[in-house]
Amino acid sequence: MKIGLLHSRIRVEEKLILDEFRKRNIEVVDLNDDDMYFFLNNLNLDFDVVLERSVHYARSLYALKLFNDNGIKTVNTYDVVRVCGDKFLTTQALIANKIPTPKCYMAFTEESALKAIEELGYPCVMKPAIGSWGRLVSKINDREAAEAILEHKTVLGSYQHSIFYIQEYVDKKKGRDIRSFVIDGKCIAAIYRTSPHWITNTARGGQATNCPLNPELIKISEDAAKACGGGILAMDVFENDDGYSVNEVNSTMEFRNSIITTGVDIPAKIVDYVIKCGSEK
Amino acid sequence: MTDILCPECGCKLNMPKNFEKNEVIVCPECGVTLEITSVNPVEVALAEEADEDWGE
Repeated sequence: MKIGLLHSRIRVEEKLILDEFRKRNIEVVDLNDDDMYFFLNNLNLDFDVVLERSVHYARSLYALKLFNDNGIKTVNTYDVVRVCGDKFLTTQALIANKIPTPKCYMAFTEESALKAIEELGYPCVMKPAIGSWGRLVSKINDREAAEAILEHKTVLGSYQHSIFYIQEYVDKKKGRDIRSFVIDGKCIAAIYRTSPHWITNTARGGQATNCPLNPELIKISEDAAKACGGGILAMDVFENDDGYSVNEVNSTMEFRNSIITTGVDIPAKIVDYVIKCGSEK
Repeated sequence: MTDILCPECGCKLNMPKNFEKNEVIVCPECGVTLEITSVNPVEVALAEEADEDWGE
């Protein structure tokens, strides 16, 4: 089987995945997105499957589209990465599949965004539709803050920052949220991410502890993964008084803090799934 | 192997086992993130900072 690994930098996650392939004596072809170029009119690439692990959303998207259009299977697919990488598309997928998710508004101008924010109420959260690791996420506590952030985004940001994605603020129970991992339709593990800060990403210092799986968490995680197209996905889940809701879905998940924490061999599960996809006709 | 030094602070780096090209490591002294840009010879450089669309 010919397996490719599309990557940027080799982080702990990619190293663990490569080590797992090596343990199984499976050679993986290195596809560094810094170095690659493609002849679109006649793509001469042949893989059974390509595992996408690039840190760049835009590069991943274009590469996956190219691969998929040329009959090369990828994990995850272009359609999945497209939906998961854009919070607006993720929200649409969750709503369409009736998966509980925080209230969201979208607007295209400062004035209409302010109206949306006032309708939603304070505090609320504004995020770029495309972004990760808690970057450029704002908690807006009052109208003055809303006006300032909207102006800053409009003046200082690229055109993407004039797509205002506004979400209700969910007061996290016990200062934590949940990251659950779904591979091939099955929720295999989950962690709590706890932080005194309202942004709990481990990239921003959130601490990971094991979150025991329960039927409700498994169901919402697996349903959300299915709504976004399936594959290897990580769900960001809130605990509310009336149950769970899904905040975001991640298609190139990081898991270095979750293997020992959960006792689940996540890189092995990833490799199992990649091999399964590569073997399918 | 010749000592590999951090380009930022000059500290000797502890190269990981079976290191790979493009692997990121952290300088134990100054904490800067480095990328292994070549394995033969071994070379490191400051890792690129996260861009707007980087992430999960």
